[in-house]
Amino acid sequence: MSLVSVENLSVTLGGNKVLTNVSLTLEPGEIVTIVGPNGSGKSTLLRAILGAVEGQTGIVTHAPNLRLGYVPQKLAIDPTLPMTVGRFLGLPRKVAPALLRAALEQAGAEALEARQMVDLSGGQFQRVLLARALLNRPQLLILDEATQGLDQPGSAAFYERIANVRSDIGCSVLMVSHELHVVMAASDRVICLNGHVCCSGAPEHVASAPEYRALFGSGTQGALALYRHEHDHHHHHHEDAH
Amino acid sequence: MFDDFLVRAAFASVGVALAAAPLGCFVVWRRMAYFGDATAHAAILGVALALAFGLPVFWGALAVSLIMAMIVATLSGRSFATDTLLGVMAHSALAIGLLAASFLSGVRIDLMAYLFGDVLAVSRTDLAVIWGGGGLIVALLIWRWQALLTSTMNPDLARAAGIDPKREQLVLTLTLALIVAIAIKVVGVLLISALLLIPAAAARPFARTPEFMAGLAAVIGAVSALGGLSASFVMDTPTGPTIVSVAACFFVISVSLGGFLRRTANREK
Repeated sequence: MSLVSVENLSVTLGGNKVLTNVSLTLEPGEIVTIVGPNGSGKSTLLRAILGAVEGQTGIVTHAPNLRLGYVPQKLAIDPTLPMTVGRFLGLPRKVAPALLRAALEQAGAEALEARQMVDLSGGQFQRVLLARALLNRPQLLILDEATQGLDQPGSAAFYERIANVRSDIGCSVLMVSHELHVVMAASDRVICLNGHVCCSGAPEHVASAPEYRALFGSGTQGALALYRHEHDHHHHHHEDAH
Repeated sequence: MFDDFLVRAAFASVGVALAAAPLGCFVVWRRMAYFGDATAHAAILGVALALAFGLPVFWGALAVSLIMAMIVATLSGRSFATDTLLGVMAHSALAIGLLAASFLSGVRIDLMAYLFGDVLAVSRTDLAVIWGGGGLIVALLIWRWQALLTSTMNPDLARAAGIDPKREQLVLTLTLALIVAIAIKVVGVLLISALLLIPAAAARPFARTPEFMAGLAAVIGAVSALGGLSASFVMDTPTGPTIVSVAACFFVISVSLGGFLRRTANREK
């Protein structure tokens, strides 16, 4: 059965209709990306899937005992709050040291356990957040603009890691991004959102859909192709260096 | 042993300091300094009302602080300029409280005692209220510790873990009103925020985990309380302000030392 199903979800925030009649389902094992312009309700949709939001009508159903892992957009940590990476992963529930180390390793953050959260770089921080989301062996990993503030190679490496995690533990992934070309290349299915679902389907299908082009212009399909080309090239270069 | 007023004063100020320290950490982490001010200043209105109706001062202060804390917690979630709003609330509450106190005819009210505290006049009953209330604050914080920390880090992260950040905010609102009510006797409404903020801020440079920061803040608070009490006895100065001054000295030393240690560590890298 589906991990999550959303039926006719509408959300009104402060008198504005943010989402109108959104319906979607998430199947086990797939990577689904929500794309859309700023203010299109992407984050609100994720929040509604995570738990109830105010001003919500419609039905969000989770599979029984669904284990969710959530990687938030960017965490602003107040510098007055001292927090090691290891302690952060023990919030809100303490975890066994072996489990903690396994999650850090899976997320590529194994060297960071004793570091202070406020001292981490953007990329390290995202890997720690990923490790935290992996702690309870999620069936569904939810990422909200998880690569904000990373440069393009950094984002590409992060999404590659997500794809690896998916094949390791077999979870589904639902993510939101505005980095269309990077994210679409890594997705099984793309949902184009602008207050309502404009179009959805395989990345190539969505990139050539008229609704998508109306939102993002026709240039992005070229960028998708360009990205894939760059990606191959990057790999090649990388091997040369060794 | 509680017959001596100095012993009672020592226990009272240490009791308040121990309860204020961990709560003060949350005030620092969540940038609630003005929130603390507004809650504390509102207490003076509670004092005036309690005296007018012949009720115990503790309950008057607790009730009005709690109402103020609830109002502020509700309003600051909206899209107001929060610091302006809280500044307005904090100072208006104080002014209205003083105004109300001036209407009290027949009752001679020693305003200075409520504004700056009068720890040397602490009774056995006061002491019981302070340790009872302080114990309740610490127990609540320990009970909700993990959930409070998580929602302090990020509300969405908390929600994803099944924690309601609003409920955790309510715990802090409650404990803040409670600390105000028990601390009036010791440092007065004007300096309660200082007792919350300064030990926590002084502990920050040496802490690597939130638990250590709370513990160290408690030690700094308690030492400041005892140091301030003895200093005020020797120099014949008002006790509340002396306690806060000693804590301020700890803060200056701690921040300078913390900066020095960090520079040395960076040079070694």
